[in-house]
Amino acid sequence: MRDEESDVLLRFRQGDVDAFETLFRLHQRSVFGWALRLVRDPSAAEDVTVEAFWRMHQAHARFDPDRGFEPWARRIATHAALDWLRRQKPESPVPPAMLETTAASATGDAAVSEEIRRKTLMAFTRLPARLRATALLAVVEERPHKEVAEALGITVPAVKLRVFRALRLLRKDLTEMGIKP
Amino acid sequence: MKSREQGFGNREQKTEIRDQDADRIKQLLKRAIPRMGDDAELDRDLWPAMLQRIDHENVRRGARIPWFDWALAGGLVAFAAIVPRTIPVILYYL
Repeated sequence: MRDEESDVLLRFRQGDVDAFETLFRLHQRSVFGWALRLVRDPSAAEDVTVEAFWRMHQAHARFDPDRGFEPWARRIATHAALDWLRRQKPESPVPPAMLETTAASATGDAAVSEEIRRKTLMAFTRLPARLRATALLAVVEERPHKEVAEALGITVPAVKLRVFRALRLLRKDLTEMGIKP
Repeated sequence: MKSREQGFGNREQKTEIRDQDADRIKQLLKRAIPRMGDDAELDRDLWPAMLQRIDHENVRRGARIPWFDWALAGGLVAFAAIVPRTIPVILYYL
C-alpha cells in the first residue's frame, strides 16, 4: 500500500497525468474543505480547489515526495485562497453565503445583536487578506498555530503576530463604528 | 524603587486589559463568523472541471505567440524603417 502511494507520488512528480488524477480524486475533498474555511463560499471554494490543483499540476517537478502530498497541497490551496481573498474588493459587501451561514447560527445566540454581527463582519472584510486568512484559521476555525503556520508558509510567532494585528485592527474599526468591544 | 514597582504594576495591568480586549474581540468574531469545522462536504466531483481547466490552458498556451517571434517582427520592422529599399525583398520572402 505504502509502495503504491509512493509510486503514485513519484509518477506525479514526473508529470504523469494518471497519477495526478489519482491524487486529485484522493485529496479534492480535503483541499475543498480547507479552501472553504478561508473563502466561506462553496462555489468560490470549488474554484479555489481547481485553481490549487492547477498550480500543483504546473509545479509537479518541484514536489518533494518525501514531504508528503497533503501539506504541500494545503499550502498551495491556502495561497490560491489568499489570491481569491485579495481579489475581493474591501468595500464590497459581506459575501451573501457568509451572511446566510451566520444568520443560521446566530438565532440561538440572542446576546449578539444583528447590528453588532453585521458591523463585525464589515470590519473583518476590510482587513488585509493575509490577516483575514490567519484570523479565520487560528481564531474562527481554532486550528493549531503550527498547522496555520505550515499552511501559510510562515513561522508560529508570525501567526501570533498576524492574529494580534488582526484583532487590533478589528478593535479600532469597531470602535470607529461606535461599538466598544 | 517604589515607582519602578508601580511601573511594573501598570504594565501588567495594561497587558491584562489588552488580553481581555483581545479575548472579547475573538468572541465577537467567533459569534459573527461560525466555524466551518470538518464536516464541509463537496457536492460534486471536480475532476471534469479540472480537465476543462487543463484543456483551456493548453489551448491558450498554443495560441500564445512566443516572445522571439515578436522580437523578430520588431527587428524586421526596424530594419525596414532604417533601410526602406529592403521592403520589397522582405515582402518577397514573407
